[in-house]
Amino acid sequence: MLLHHLLERTAAGSPNQEALVFEGQRWSYADINLQADRLAAALQQRGVQKGDRVATFLDNSLEAVVNLWATLKCGAVFMPINPLTKRDKMAYLLNDARASVLIAHAVLLPEIAAALAQNTSVHTVWVVGRAPDFQAEDARLSPLPSLHTDTASPQAVQLIDQDLAAIIYTSGSTGEPKGVMLSHLNMRSAARSVSAYLQLLPTDRIACALPLAFDYGLYQVLMAARVGATVVLERSFAFPVKVLEVMSRERVTVFPGVPTMFALLMNLKFIDATRLPQLRLITNTAAALSERHIQQLRALFPQAVLYSMYGLTECKRVTYLPPDQLDIRPTSVGRGMPNEEVWLIDEAGQRLPLLPEGAAGELVVRGSHVMRGYWEKPAATAERLHRDPLTGDTVLHSGDFFRTDAEGFLYFVARKDDIIKSRGEKVSPREVEDVLCALDGVLEAAVIGVPDALLGEAVKAFVTLRDGAVLNEREVLRHCLSRMESFMVPKTVIFVDELPKTDTGKIKKTGLR
Amino acid sequence: MQATQHVNSQLASQQSKLHVRAYITDNFMMGSQSKRLLDTDSFLENHVVDSTGFLELVTFLEERYGFAVQDDEMVPENLDSLNNIAAYVERKLEAHQATSLSA
Repeated sequence: MLLHHLLERTAAGSPNQEALVFEGQRWSYADINLQADRLAAALQQRGVQKGDRVATFLDNSLEAVVNLWATLKCGAVFMPINPLTKRDKMAYLLNDARASVLIAHAVLLPEIAAALAQNTSVHTVWVVGRAPDFQAEDARLSPLPSLHTDTASPQAVQLIDQDLAAIIYTSGSTGEPKGVMLSHLNMRSAARSVSAYLQLLPTDRIACALPLAFDYGLYQVLMAARVGATVVLERSFAFPVKVLEVMSRERVTVFPGVPTMFALLMNLKFIDATRLPQLRLITNTAAALSERHIQQLRALFPQAVLYSMYGLTECKRVTYLPPDQLDIRPTSVGRGMPNEEVWLIDEAGQRLPLLPEGAAGELVVRGSHVMRGYWEKPAATAERLHRDPLTGDTVLHSGDFFRTDAEGFLYFVARKDDIIKSRGEKVSPREVEDVLCALDGVLEAAVIGVPDALLGEAVKAFVTLRDGAVLNEREVLRHCLSRMESFMVPKTVIFVDELPKTDTGKIKKTGLR
Repeated sequence: MQATQHVNSQLASQQSKLHVRAYITDNFMMGSQSKRLLDTDSFLENHVVDSTGFLELVTFLEERYGFAVQDDEMVPENLDSLNNIAAYVERKLEAHQATSLSA
């Protein structure tokens, strides 16, 4: 079974069931399936074939949902790009994946046009929304074909569940983002296991304010289609009061989030939780919630159970803490999910036995949700994917260190690399340092993460200047804002005379704070 | 008297727009590369301010103008464009003035 069969099965079985609510408009599963068929046929007319990469650069919207399914229906590979991405990185992503088609919102045109100037693989760019004379920018641009015409259904494509469904880019410690290759089987497995332990129901109404370009946002749509639930999609969580209003009006039952969203919520002086009587599930991922926020959330929404979860793009989800364990071990991320095996290894790669006193080591993940590798990066893939001698399976070395308690529950300790988690997004210090060093006048840069109540970790940069160069923090930040996603931009920039170095002259970050 | 007040509040509105524009440009905009932000442009739709950015913007308004932004005022109608902010600041300052006058 393929990933888009989740949609097709629900559209056939419960055609009138509400699939999506967005900005006051509603679409049934039959509507979404029909529109996806039309767009898939249009993609095929543009020559899109099995395995081609179709990139999206879209804010949360109907089009973002329809395009996901349309891409899968024509056997192409779905490639979401975070709409905060700036031109140079976008060009890198399009070039790295050799994307054929790009579907993008008109407001993002300045970045798109600049990225396209550095790209030859994309032959078609469909623009969603109004924009003045965009074809003058680049001849490849045209409006998104209408989703309401009577175009024929897409031609059948021969696919198996090992074919790629998506490439999702993630930050890497080397500075170059890596494309995580996920098959239909990978994504179906993850959607099945997560919706199983959350016990999602067809009657559920899921408030999704997470970006669909972020994998947990995307999975809300996949899991809803799997069980026939409704996604109440929000453009963002920038105005929590508005989102709460919609959640109340739409009788939302499930609220997925990341710690920064819950921190924004807790920042409000008064929340009338009685207006959300149907809310039964709150799920947190991307980073751990603080104990304080766990307590606040539970006190505020006693009608809902809270799931703490841990995962990584390379396999979507790894663990969840059953809600009845939250009082017993609030800081644990739980245990493996259904149809998955997890264990810890020592530095030599040896599997650690589960002992009464617990153990500590790198977490390894085995299951049909583990990625196929990083797109065209065999060395990086070989670091993460290893053959398990006992089963012959390919297993994922997560790069994250955990410890266990006596009952085998897992506690996050640290990452193997120096990746920063800000606002639940991975930030590569190397990527930020590269951008800083590209600024005239900057000699060296070192970037670290520091604790931050709202962001989890805030990005902090230490910079040395070339002789005679004069720069202030504002100028450095403006340079960063034009070249990287806002969550990667340093919160503070400290100018120093020199950076601490090792004997071999490498920048040493251990002393930086 | 009323006419003077009207002119004053219009002036205040123009001024607050300038202040907020300067603040937005300094803190969120990417300088020369970005297209010019119109007074009516949504910060959110144009990706000028993101979810945590609005919280910073609220803190800026509170510190700059000395009023408290209430929960139910943290909505796009008050905060999501230069025009919306200017009108909101004007309303808040007038209300503030009225309370201090009657006090």
